[in-house]
Amino acid sequence: MTIEAIQEELIDEFSMFEDWMQRYEYMIDLGKSLPLIDENLKNDDKLIKGCQSKVWLNSELKEDKIIFTADSDAIITKGIIAVLVRVFSDQKPQAILDANTDFIDEIGLKEHLSPTRANGLVSMIKQMKMYALAYQTQLKN
Amino acid sequence: MPFNIQKIRNDFPILSRKVNGYPLVYLDNAATSQKPQQVIDSIVDYYSNYNANIHRGVHTLSQEATDAYEGARQKIQTHFNAKEAYEIIFTAGTTHGINLVANGFSEILKKGDEIIVSAMEHHSNIVPWQMLCEKTGAILKVIPMNKEGVLIFSEYEKLLSEKTKLVFVNHISNALGTINPIAEIIEKARQVGAAVLVDGAQSCSHVKPDLQKLDVDFYVTSAHKMCGPTGVGILYMKEEWGNKLPPYQGGGEMIAEVTFEKTTYAGLPHKFEAGTPNICGVIAFGAAIDYLNAIGFEEIEKYENELLKYATQKLLEIEGLKIYGTGPEKTSVVSFNIEGIHPYDIGTIVDKLGIAVRTGHHCAQPIMDFYKIPGTVRASFAFYNTLEEVDALVNAVKKAKMMLS
Repeated sequence: MTIEAIQEELIDEFSMFEDWMQRYEYMIDLGKSLPLIDENLKNDDKLIKGCQSKVWLNSELKEDKIIFTADSDAIITKGIIAVLVRVFSDQKPQAILDANTDFIDEIGLKEHLSPTRANGLVSMIKQMKMYALAYQTQLKN
Repeated sequence: MPFNIQKIRNDFPILSRKVNGYPLVYLDNAATSQKPQQVIDSIVDYYSNYNANIHRGVHTLSQEATDAYEGARQKIQTHFNAKEAYEIIFTAGTTHGINLVANGFSEILKKGDEIIVSAMEHHSNIVPWQMLCEKTGAILKVIPMNKEGVLIFSEYEKLLSEKTKLVFVNHISNALGTINPIAEIIEKARQVGAAVLVDGAQSCSHVKPDLQKLDVDFYVTSAHKMCGPTGVGILYMKEEWGNKLPPYQGGGEMIAEVTFEKTTYAGLPHKFEAGTPNICGVIAFGAAIDYLNAIGFEEIEKYENELLKYATQKLLEIEGLKIYGTGPEKTSVVSFNIEGIHPYDIGTIVDKLGIAVRTGHHCAQPIMDFYKIPGTVRASFAFYNTLEEVDALVNAVKKAKMMLS
């Protein structure tokens, strides 16, 4: 599935809910299916800075696609990173670099997009794109 | 004046706004207080009617602005019961005041001298002293606290010696709400000849310190915590210290005479007020002090204690909820966590319900490390909060707990 298709799918899923509470509950549920980062990898190197809660993000290249795994000690944050992993994992680096993130607004998480918010959603996206850039460079060489 | 909560709430325009579709419940007063119309009006009045630079102008506006600015200094002197108005130095806030004192002590301290701070300090109260120690070779000692979040006095006594040059402690902890026994702390420091600096940022909206009675050397606070504007605060220093410490910043206002060969510094308080000060902020700070005194600090303290008692009791009814800072002497701050739930998650959900609380380490990481927690949820109450707002908080926390567990 392409990144755009997954984003459309998420927009569809979140549009079923009428209020923020249901959306948050759904996101928390998504967090439960997050592909978890290996416990041994939960160190400072994998920690995303700029979050009030802890977020660990790992990436590996399988063939020509990036596989993300992650975890967080806060469950709303875990839900947020789960949404991002669902969108960006198992994708080619160039596709991740080209992707826009407007869907976050459309699924009702706009308030998390402010760079000054302490949850670090912006930092998470930035980190994922950094990994994509690094692998992209690696693949070209 | 009888304590009329509805009348008081009507003074604060912000309290009638909605957040995320719910009436705002503002419980982040330890971070900053809201401002009453009287303070807002004083700012508008200044800029609308007598905005001018102070002290030097012979024209009428300048004289009016100077009178209002120096009038605020006198109001503040009376409020804190300082001996002289010139012992009140206007700063940009508490942190500025602390740095001014730390800078002064960099000329006084020698290698091996000791500075004592408490274990429940805000980051802004730790970093300037670490910098000072690096610069002078002085040593930083820390008064430990117990599980209730109360300083262990006997340990403090053990740390004191003739090497101690400065003791620095907050009057009230921002993260826990604990009231420290500053009178006793000052008295003990006196016995070894050490100076004492008290950070009153968290206390001045709840209690009215009597600086002469306390016999404290330095006292700092910020206007914005006590219904005044941001960007202004005071550093009280005893006259003898004011004469002893070197100026912090060079510039206009702080000089008596300047030639290219030599500059003579102005006397107190101008020696420490370089440049054009925050004139409007100072005047509005005066208005805030008037406002608080019109309500009365005894009334405020009594009412806030009721809020604290009620909030503590109601929150503790929630299963798995733990309060940090349970000492007998505390102000209206409740710092808590619910077992198994991250404070950030609770803060996010209650915000969606219109309730403003603080989550995180509250710039006091050493306290969080002490309890081995990532942070807490902190609800801090002011005299304009109500018992109904406490109920709203408790219900929101229950809702959050349901969603998050």
